[in-house]
Amino acid sequence: MATVTKQKSDVVLDYLRPGKKFPSVWCPGCGNGIVMGALIRAIDKLGWDRDNIAMVSGIGCSSRLPIYLDVHTLHSTHGRALPFATGIKFAKPGMKVIVVTGDGDALAIGGNHFIHACRRNIDITAILINNNIYGMTGGQGSPTTPAEKISTTTPFGNVEKQFDPCQLAIGAGASYVARTTVYHTPHMEKMLLAALEHKGFSLVEAVSNCHTYFGRLNRQGDAVAMLNLFKENSVMKGKASKMTDEELKGKWVLGTLHEHEATEFCDEYQKLVDAQMSKRG
Amino acid sequence: MANKKKKLMQGNMACVEGAIYSGMQFFAGYPITPSTEIAEGCSRELPKIGGRFIQMEDEIGSIAAVIGASIAGMKSFTATSGPGYSLMQENLGYAFITETPLVVINVQRGGPSTGLPTKVSQSDTMQARWGPHGDYAAIAVAPSTVQECHTETVRAFNLSERFRTPVTILLDEVIGHSRGVISLPEKGELEVYNRVKPTASPEEVLPFEMTPNLVSPMAGYGEGYRFHVTGLTHDVHGFSTNRSDEIFPKLDKLHNKILNYRDEISKLRIENMDDAEVAFISYGSVSRAALQATAIAREAGVKVGCIQLYTIWPFPEKELRQICANCSKVIVGELNMGQIIHEIERVLPGDIEIHAKQRYDGEIMTPMQLLEKLEEVL
Ligand SMILES: Cc1ncc(C[n+]2csc(CCOP(=O)(O)OP(=O)(O)O)c2C)c(N)n1
Ligand code: SF4
Repeated sequence: MATVTKQKSDVVLDYLRPGKKFPSVWCPGCGNGIVMGALIRAIDKLGWDRDNIAMVSGIGCSSRLPIYLDVHTLHSTHGRALPFATGIKFAKPGMKVIVVTGDGDALAIGGNHFIHACRRNIDITAILINNNIYGMTGGQGSPTTPAEKISTTTPFGNVEKQFDPCQLAIGAGASYVARTTVYHTPHMEKMLLAALEHKGFSLVEAVSNCHTYFGRLNRQGDAVAMLNLFKENSVMKGKASKMTDEELKGKWVLGTLHEHEATEFCDEYQKLVDAQMSKRG
Repeated sequence: MANKKKKLMQGNMACVEGAIYSGMQFFAGYPITPSTEIAEGCSRELPKIGGRFIQMEDEIGSIAAVIGASIAGMKSFTATSGPGYSLMQENLGYAFITETPLVVINVQRGGPSTGLPTKVSQSDTMQARWGPHGDYAAIAVAPSTVQECHTETVRAFNLSERFRTPVTILLDEVIGHSRGVISLPEKGELEVYNRVKPTASPEEVLPFEMTPNLVSPMAGYGEGYRFHVTGLTHDVHGFSTNRSDEIFPKLDKLHNKILNYRDEISKLRIENMDDAEVAFISYGSVSRAALQATAIAREAGVKVGCIQLYTIWPFPEKELRQICANCSKVIVGELNMGQIIHEIERVLPGDIEIHAKQRYDGEIMTPMQLLEKLEEVL
């Protein structure tokens, strides 16, 4: 632990990549920046060697996040961040591997990789920035766009059902699952810290604002108005457990939603390697 | 060599042996006939040498994991066939633009679609050149025997490491599944090339630097050089760009780092061409029939020769023009409806007659079929 307390902003600046041009690609007020700040502070608390961190993303506004950080970064193809990350982690199990993805990236085009990464319980932390819409391509519906909400491809209201990313991850075998929002930044930092420290596959769903598309199309106002919505409509897990389904309708339940101990993929494979190699002598 | 290891094995397994000989340590794949034995072989052999095998959820994930592992510093490969090769194309494009060395073995079967899963074909020849969207130069090689499965796999890994690029090995079902006795080379007998790593300090190194031979030294993740990798068209720092003065050099680099070194990449087998008036041109399993047909026709006094292409892409055009200079006719044998023949038509002078012998019913080309064609064109 560092003895001198650094200013929060100093910490963030310290992790930003020298030479990478700013401003960022994000709209002013986009929640992606809040997640980036919280992630940096969580990593800084852990004191990890930057040269030992690989951050992998897919395609989308959210997936631009790693580009700004001074670690090893891989901006991959749409939906495929997890298999790219799996290759890195499996090749170099000593590395800390973090995936940043969006609701479209992780749950639509990348849905199959998502459930299989959970199932394998490979030691990767995935941060799913859920803004309920495709931001990068201009506001189309995603697998988490709520019923009746408007997007550019659901102009008369969404008639589809939604994925709950956390329930999906729990069902598929992830060993740590948490939800937070961009309004609750200290909470987000705590959830990220727990996920990064967890051995096995961990998911943090960060509910976020795309005021530019989701907010505008659904008359939810600007970034601040949307953050207020997150504040008003969130319930911590403890309190939620005492509420009825009816009371929880339309609310985000926040906190560590699931945690269990399970063997990790790379560790198990290493045992197999050790056994085979000792047989050979 | 006196006590050279002789072994009876399948072509697919000879590829696994060749990959291990090259220092490959990582395989990710998804089962598909007729390539599955390569995955199975890797799952058995890799743990014994401290390597890693993973069966992914599909071929998209397989090639993604292979790219990730290569960027992390391990020589990596995958193996598949038609439908899986099609699924890999987007991420293969990613490997081209990010200049990531890796090897993909495509044990070809009949297509399109599920096609003829257990039958031989050479109908992915053009896909190996033009599969991913966009502009780039591609390398593909094709063995024709079990022994060559080993040597061409070693060569494919060397080319991928030397040029920082994905390399496709075009096997076909017959080569992948036929068994033969091969002699396994001793360590040091075949050249094994490892990617050049940066030596300057991290502050000085540009991850996509323009070097004299256009291949940028490549550090692995975790080796002290923190860098960014993206499928967006990027500058020498690895960051995306929309500037013409950075886009031109990047795409030129993808082309020229390979096309300027064709001589290093081209490989052909030339038999009986000194006085040949007619030449068989082929690759993969068809070359075995062509060699036999050449021998039979020579016995009958026909001045015929045989050219086998080991390097398919970049197409060895200069070599073919030279070798065929004194021919009046060539016969191109392929297990498809005509793919490499278009390249041959493009590169040979107009006064050479070009004839095709094509088969696309999932059966092998026989020497008799080539001899019949020879008779017809003489
Ligand atoms: C194969 C492929 N299909 C489609 C696209 C176009 N595309 C880019 S980003 C995106 C959606 C991103 O949505 P999400 O993951 O929710 O991220 P956000 O931009 O909202 O952060 C799409 C469809 C693509 N890049 N690649
Ligand atoms: S479009 Fe939406 S998600 Fe993308 S940067 Fe703007 S606010 Fe953020």
